[in-house]
Amino acid sequence: MALELDSITVRYGQTAAVSDVSLSVADGEVVALLGPSGCGKSTLLRTVAGLEKPASGAVRWDCADLAGVPVHRREFGLVFQDGQLFPHRTVAGNVAFGLRMQKVEREARDKRVLSLLELVGLEGYADRRVTQLSGGEQQRVALARALAPSPRLLLLDEPLSALDRALREQLAVDLARLLREAATTALVVTHDHDEAFTLADRVAIMSRGRIVQVGPPAEVWSSPVDVETAKFLGCNKFVPGSFVGLDVERVGLRATALRVDPDGLMEGTVLERVHRRDHVRLLVEIGGEEYEAVGPMSEIGDRVRLEIDLDGVARIG
Amino acid sequence: MGRAVAQARAGLSSRTGWSAAALLPLAFLGLFFAWPVLAIVSLGLREGGVLSVLFEGDTWELVGFTLGQALASTVVAVVAGMPLAFVLARCRIRGLGLIRAAVMVPFVLPTVVVGLAFRTFWPDGGVLPIVLANAFFNVAVVARTVGGLWAHTDRRAEDAARALGASRPRAFVSVVLPALAPAIGSAAAVVFLFCATSFGVVLVLGGSRYRTLETEIYLRTVELFDLSGAAALSLLQFVAVLAVLVLGALARRRRETALALRGREELARRPSGGEWYVVAAAFAVVVALLTPVVGLVTRSLSTRDGWSFAGYVALNTRGDRGTLAVTGIDAAVNSLRTAFDATLVALVVGVFSAVVLVGLRRSGARFAEVLDTALMLPLGVSAVTVGFGYLITMDALPGDFRTSPMLVPLAQALVVTPLIVRMVLPVLRAVDERLRQAAATLGASPLRVWREVDLPLAGRTLAAAAGFGYVVALGEFGATSFLARPDAPTLPVVIARLMSRPGELNSQMAYAACALLMVVTVGCVLLIERLRVPSSGEF
Repeated sequence: MALELDSITVRYGQTAAVSDVSLSVADGEVVALLGPSGCGKSTLLRTVAGLEKPASGAVRWDCADLAGVPVHRREFGLVFQDGQLFPHRTVAGNVAFGLRMQKVEREARDKRVLSLLELVGLEGYADRRVTQLSGGEQQRVALARALAPSPRLLLLDEPLSALDRALREQLAVDLARLLREAATTALVVTHDHDEAFTLADRVAIMSRGRIVQVGPPAEVWSSPVDVETAKFLGCNKFVPGSFVGLDVERVGLRATALRVDPDGLMEGTVLERVHRRDHVRLLVEIGGEEYEAVGPMSEIGDRVRLEIDLDGVARIG
Repeated sequence: MGRAVAQARAGLSSRTGWSAAALLPLAFLGLFFAWPVLAIVSLGLREGGVLSVLFEGDTWELVGFTLGQALASTVVAVVAGMPLAFVLARCRIRGLGLIRAAVMVPFVLPTVVVGLAFRTFWPDGGVLPIVLANAFFNVAVVARTVGGLWAHTDRRAEDAARALGASRPRAFVSVVLPALAPAIGSAAAVVFLFCATSFGVVLVLGGSRYRTLETEIYLRTVELFDLSGAAALSLLQFVAVLAVLVLGALARRRRETALALRGREELARRPSGGEWYVVAAAFAVVVALLTPVVGLVTRSLSTRDGWSFAGYVALNTRGDRGTLAVTGIDAAVNSLRTAFDATLVALVVGVFSAVVLVGLRRSGARFAEVLDTALMLPLGVSAVTVGFGYLITMDALPGDFRTSPMLVPLAQALVVTPLIVRMVLPVLRAVDERLRQAAATLGASPLRVWREVDLPLAGRTLAAAAGFGYVVALGEFGATSFLARPDAPTLPVVIARLMSRPGELNSQMAYAACALLMVVTVGCVLLIERLRVPSSGEF
């Protein structure tokens, strides 16, 4: 195990921001800490970086306790939500910073900087001022800067949240490819489940300072541990398993669980219609209950037949 | 239980670290400020008669005049400073750099120079020139402090009020003014402080007729040897200063928390309609500010027999019938060297204090407020008291410090340090903590973080603060007049001496020396302006 968190508790005064969290990250693995804002995930990340001191518990790297190792000796890279580039340095100057701290020779340094800029798709940006870059470009530079000194572990704090939606989706894919290619060990904090499931080999769900579920993305997505987690992962309706023909007590339905289909088994009445970017979402009444469904354009009051899509169904527990 | 203890220790360790670091500037203040001042006060108390001084009618007349002239000067400075603040913050017009420099020059002019400049128009002095000269000094404080905030307050609130039907003046009174109130309050407090303790101006323009607490302390110690009286007055002044400082600190805190600030660029635009009246008023103030400066230069070049460089030429001599122990040139060289040493000391102490203050605030120590206020105290305490205090305490330091060439620079550094702290502090505070953390995760040790992040980001401000401090040290008069040995005077001391002696040549020389000092000062200010430091500095 590369990184190991052992019963970490972090307190701010009387309140515990993180309580009794244990988690491990294997060599080359990308783990996402996913949870709503204020759940303590950023605090946990900062504790790993050495920016917060745990009230109890231990952060270990290859079985060695890091309690006495200050931030600048941990060799962990950190990428903030909004880049936090050094405004007085150029793009190259920012990327070279960690290498300068390691006293890497100038020639080797320049070479490494160029290869990293290429890696993040910013060839030819070396001499630009960072204040002239767009948000997405700044975030790429921040990533290159963190990767340059070849950190043992990369910590990413909401790396894409400050960007607009289209750019975020594009960068998430790029980032996932980049982390895999470089076989980086990484811990990503995010409140956006798309981001977490795109990037991570394993996802850890956090709620109120505790980790409630850890597992591969597919598993967490299809079987959230409880209703609260299922809600956070997009389920908005909870019904007995028999409703969708599954032998479990409860399932959660996402908006995509019901699809308008002429051959469907259920019948409902359209109550409302909302246009989304790439589909139309309907509010449908079935047997006196309201459900969300995905469908072709329909008029309010239409009677429609509906089919169940198991991809949109999550088993609870 | 164990957890709580561990947490407490973690929070405590950084707090104790910073608090320990805070002891260094406090020790400096203790040794070179508190000790001499307390020595003077206790000397006065021991001799008795303090209470009787406090109950004399004259004393309260003195207090009345001190506060009255300070209040009048503050009002004039605020009224004159507001249009300038508006133009500096909101207008995109030609000659903005000129206005900025013209506003800044009076603030850094040596008090003696300003006093003399006003004497060219009011040869006999009086209350009006005292008030005007004090205001002349401090217009810059108002323009800069208020303008700094004004430049960063959102213009849209004002636009919204206008859209809702408010006239321009109405929108100003009900939207802009309340938003600026903390800055106006804080500026007024500082100006009031400066005016209430102003020494050189009152001494030159008031003579023995119009006296404030500050000049009275000087006259009683130097000419009447009435130490208990002086001590009583010092105490009185100290209490008043402390009160004003606390009020100022409160106003500053409100400003730091309450506002969403915006950049100037998006807010500045060409003035329109009635705004041109304000611009015109601002230019009128600029002309008024330049008048004494021009008057002084003219006076230095004119003698009874017409235009002449006689005064300047005489700077190479010791004045009429050996008024001075050294030549004017020697004094000028000594001035430059002393001010350099003083700036160096003030930079080290001031920057260190600012760093500690930021660290203390960040670790949440209450102690920060104490240190902040303590650092401001030397600004308000009579420099004369400090100077005299040095004379009776510094012989106790190893090697009789009274004869040390560092004595005058140290006294000047005491006056300069608070200014440097006030300039550097906001910049350091504005550096995002996460920027430092990013550097740390990349492998920079705490010291390296400071060198790689804080220093470059605060670099220009540091340079400006150094230049500014140098100019203030160059003009320092109150403490220096006490401490400078006759064979190593500074220019302001030489000017005062020349003015106090009869002789056409002496006064001609004094005016020439003033003009010279002014040229150096203005040069420094123009250099600082070239650095284009963001104008959000607090005075």
